[in-house]
Amino acid sequence: MAETTVTHTGQMGPRPTGWHGIAADWASDQRAFKNVSWGKAMMWIFLLSDTFIFGCFLLSYMTARISTRVPWPNPSEVFALRIGGQEIPLILIAIMTFVLISSSGTMAMAVNFGYRRDRRKTAILMLLTAALGATFVGMQAFEWTKLITEGVRPWGNPWGAAQFGSCFFMITGFHGTHVTIGVIFLIIVARKVWRGDYDTGRPGFFTSRKGRYENVEIMGLYWHFVDLVWVFIFAFFYLW
Amino acid sequence: MAAAHAEVHQEHPIKLYLVVWAWLFILSTCSYLVDYFGLHGYLRWSLILIFMILKAGLIVAVFMHMAWERLALAYAIILPPILVLVFVAMMLFEADYTLLTRMTFFGAGP
Repeated sequence: MAETTVTHTGQMGPRPTGWHGIAADWASDQRAFKNVSWGKAMMWIFLLSDTFIFGCFLLSYMTARISTRVPWPNPSEVFALRIGGQEIPLILIAIMTFVLISSSGTMAMAVNFGYRRDRRKTAILMLLTAALGATFVGMQAFEWTKLITEGVRPWGNPWGAAQFGSCFFMITGFHGTHVTIGVIFLIIVARKVWRGDYDTGRPGFFTSRKGRYENVEIMGLYWHFVDLVWVFIFAFFYLW
Repeated sequence: MAAAHAEVHQEHPIKLYLVVWAWLFILSTCSYLVDYFGLHGYLRWSLILIFMILKAGLIVAVFMHMAWERLALAYAIILPPILVLVFVAMMLFEADYTLLTRMTFFGAGP
């Protein structure tokens, strides 16, 4: 059971917390993650593996940037936009950041309404999240197009170190792919919520257990992770 | 026993999420302003890192509910990425060495 533990004398006691709790939870012949379902635990472990992939991308970017003798292009100028005849540094990236953070906010609220079994609000908030995610991808497509027309390639760019191009396309491309996959799954799960699949236990993709809105939370974990990765990309690639 | 396994629902007041959302906006604005005002040197790097860590912490702790999970899960997930910092340190030395060799053999500029 989740909240009790058997002592050495065979008595049931409350589950310890803190360091004793870690030792008790990880002890043999039992599940380590007590109050977390398999679905949620597996999503966390997937996200951990994804963290390593993004970590390696950012690491290789760091290595490339440090080891080149050629000056690194100034991201503040590269990603500036001319608005009303004035060059505003990094404005597009700032707006993309706000869009993604807002999508994280709506997703967190969707999870909450899911557990309150408010199907309508959950589905609407999830679709809003998907719309914000799609907006982000759209702005990224605009950014890529602008840079490609300015001559940025994986093997070079007009402003300095050639490695800038490969790092840019690799890191933002992999993140954009994550956002795109997230948008698709948000729409799939929102449709299931709207139709009431989690109440009726209708057979299908991710609806095997009746009456569980936990899938919305698992979806949320993925989506917040995508936002989390952007926090690091924003800091290390665009601001650094 | 397995059937009695209680699912723990993460229900928190909506206000909490709105407050965190607002803080993420404020912190993002701050990091953007670091660039906008063109701050340089250690002040720039430390501000960027502080805002980044605060934002990441808020997302993981509140939006991903890590603050309310048992420590067994929190440590299993959060410790491994922290160990990546060892990898960062190793690659830092490696990259510095590569730069040094390049400057020795090809000169300082392009």
